Order: sequence, then structure tokens, then C-alpha cells
Amino acid sequence: MLRLADWLMIQCPVMNVTGSQTLRLTWHNLAKHYGARPVWQHLEGELSHGEVLVVSGPNGAGKSTLLRLLCGLETADAGSIIYEWRGQRWTPTQMRPFIGVVAPDIAVYRELTALENVHFFATARGQSVSSEQLHTQLAQVGLLERAHDQVAAFSSGMVLRLKYAVALIQQPTVLLLDEPTAMFDAAGRTLVEHIITAQRQRGITVIATNDARELAWGDLLLKAGSA
Amino acid sequence: MRHFFRAALAVARKDWQIELRTRYALNAMLLFAVVTAVLVSFRLGPLGLSRDRQAATTLAVLLWVAIFFAALNGLSRTFVREEEMRTAALLRLTTPPLAVYLGKLLINLLLLVALELLVTLLFVALMNARIAQPGLFALTLSLGGLGLAVATTIIAALVAKADGKSALFTVLAFPLLLPLLIVAVETTEVALAGSGWAQAAPGLRLLAAYTLAELAASLLLFERTWES
Repeated sequence: MLRLADWLMIQCPVMNVTGSQTLRLTWHNLAKHYGARPVWQHLEGELSHGEVLVVSGPNGAGKSTLLRLLCGLETADAGSIIYEWRGQRWTPTQMRPFIGVVAPDIAVYRELTALENVHFFATARGQSVSSEQLHTQLAQVGLLERAHDQVAAFSSGMVLRLKYAVALIQQPTVLLLDEPTAMFDAAGRTLVEHIITAQRQRGITVIATNDARELAWGDLLLKAGSA
Repeated sequence: MRHFFRAALAVARKDWQIELRTRYALNAMLLFAVVTAVLVSFRLGPLGLSRDRQAATTLAVLLWVAIFFAALNGLSRTFVREEEMRTAALLRLTTPPLAVYLGKLLINLLLLVALELLVTLLFVALMNARIAQPGLFALTLSLGGLGLAVATTIIAALVAKADGKSALFTVLAFPLLLPLLIVAVETTEVALAGSGWAQAAPGLRLLAAYTLAELAASLLLFERTWES
């Protein structure tokens, strides 16, 4: 269970971590089943600050499941996932305030505007964000002109851009991207490429994808369902 | 701690913005409250004019029946909507669990206050309900409403991921809220009849204790419910 104190640590500045190079993610003997069907078994791995891992594999191989395990939205049936950072060991649930996630099954509020969504999720994390920061973030993902429009009127590509804005407003130490460009055109793909490059300075990136162009973004490749 | 309460307020504010734009709970509660009050007034007439003690009992029962069912209609969706619209995951990732609960409780409380005001006004206007002790009446409605909001919020969280959410919500809410409703009806009856604070005191104490127990249990249960 996540203690209140862990959540309140969000107040600490994430960018100016002197020991940020020490960020390390390890998963050991990881196993996950859905009913009787095993998704992952005896999975071992390690990622260090600045690295990008690409997870690929057929549908149902467990790519999205691994991302959900890494951010604590699901728990493993066996094994452990540990983040080592700032001289401490963190479980995925404890690490949540510092993780940004963009995934098809994670939605933003259709009834709110783009600006209201980014502002809400930042405030809910305990961040104090200025109007300028919010607008800068929306400009970065190309949504500045639609900042005051309700998300219900957005195209799927624009919704995906907004998800990036929500994930990035907190300058995440860990960025988890599931099908990162599924709804994007060429400009959108370039945007994601820039985001991943910038994320190397901040911490770790894990991408779940089958797009051949995106496989090249990773330093490491994990092939799911190939055991 | 300041950030925690800011997060809770952000959740409440977000839900209020969404409610104002969709009007799901407001419309559901308004419709139920108005239909109930109009139907009851047509059949029973100006019950409040009667000097019969039974009239106060009937009014108190009808008042809480209207509040209870209108609340079940409107407040049950608070977590269901998050799951159905797939926004729950991002809320889990970004917001401390207790801040989510307190934010949702706050918005449910706000809606319930509006509902209680509306139902009371309708009963006064359509049934000539006379409130002999307005202070006692307001306190009873406040404590009963708080208990109702606390219970409906945690039950809404419990049923959000289940199949047959509506039926399950009613099945869970009825036994949990029955003791609260019985005491609330009895105390409201005292307030309507003007039997005095002394007679209402045991009921008020019970309402307060029940609500506090519900709140404590909800705070302990919520994180496990929300994360499971």
C-alpha cells in the first residue's frame, strides 16, 4: 500500500536530482498469469538512467501488461520490480508520482478542456503549475490553439497528444509508452521521437510497440511471447 | 498535507465541472425528487395541515424515502463513470487514494445538500409541511445526509468494477443504510412535531456515531478497494 508520505514526496524537485544517474530499474523472476494462461514467467531485466527499452511481440504477448506492472497498475503473481533512486528502493506503486504513462487504455476526461485536463492531473499530483507552464506544455504537443476546447471534440490523434501533455507536465523520471504513435501522422511521430530523446536526460523510457520504425528508438529490445 | 487537500479539492472541482456539463446526477436526482413529491402530494394532499401525530410520521418517512432513492439514483455513478470512461487508471496513477475518496465524498455531499434543500422545499410547498423546530430539522438532515453521502461514496467505489453495478449498489446500500434511515426518520418526526431537543438527543447522537463509524471504515477500506 502506498503511504501518504510517499505521495507527498512529489513536492521534491524531480529535475534537479544530483544522483539522478543512479536511477536503476530491475525486475527479477517476474511472473504474471491471467487465469491459467501465463503471460510472463521468470522474466529478468535491468534498465539504467538514460536507457530506452522497447518491448515488442504479438498481440496478447504481455507488452502492455509489463508496462502496467512497471507503474503499479497491476501486481505480479511472483517476482519483484524495484526502482533504485535517490539512494532508496521504490516499489512501482511508490514510484507512481514520478512515472508518466501514455497508453490506449488510459483515458483523459472528455468533458473537460485540454487545459483543464492538464491542470487537474498536475494539481492532483500535488504540483503547483502556472498558467504559463500549462500553455507551454500544450504548445509542446501542438494543442495550444485547442487548449480551451472540450476533449470530446478532439480527434484520436489530438487525444493522444493531450495524453503526452498530461504525462510530461510533471517532468517524469520514468516514461512508459504503449503504442506511442498509434494515432499519429508523421509530425506526431517526430514529436514522440523528440520526447524520447529528451527523456534520456530525465530517466528511463519503456516503449511497447510492434511498429518497425519505433524499434530503432530503443537501446534494448525485449521480445515478448518468443520464449 | 496541504498538497493532499489540494488534490482532494481538485478531484471535487473536476467532478463538479463534469457534473455541470453532463448534469447526470443533478437531472437524475431532480427528476426523482420532483416526481415523488408531486405524486405523494396528489394522493395524500396537504398532509402538513393535519394535527394527527401520524401525519408527521408519514411526512418524515416520505421525505427520507425521496432523499434516499434520489441519492441512490444520482450518487452511485461517481466511481462507475471513472471505470467506464477508463479515466480511473490515470486517476490512480496521479492522485493519492484518500484524496480521491475525500474529493468524491465532497462532491456527493454537495449534491446531497442540494437534493435535501430541494426535497424540503417541495414538501413544504406541495404538502404544507410545517417544521416546528427548524434547527433540529436542519441538524437531522445534515447528519443524515452526511451519513448517506459517506456510505454511498464507499459503496460506489466497491461496485464500480463489478458486473450488475446498479443492482449491487442497491443490495449493498439497503442493509448498510437502513439503521441510519430509521433513526433519521424518527428524529425528523420529532423535529416536525416539535417534541423537543431532549427527545431528539438520542437519535442525533446515534446519527453522529453511525456516520463517524461509517467514515472511519470507509477511510480504512478505500485504498484497498480502489487499488484492487
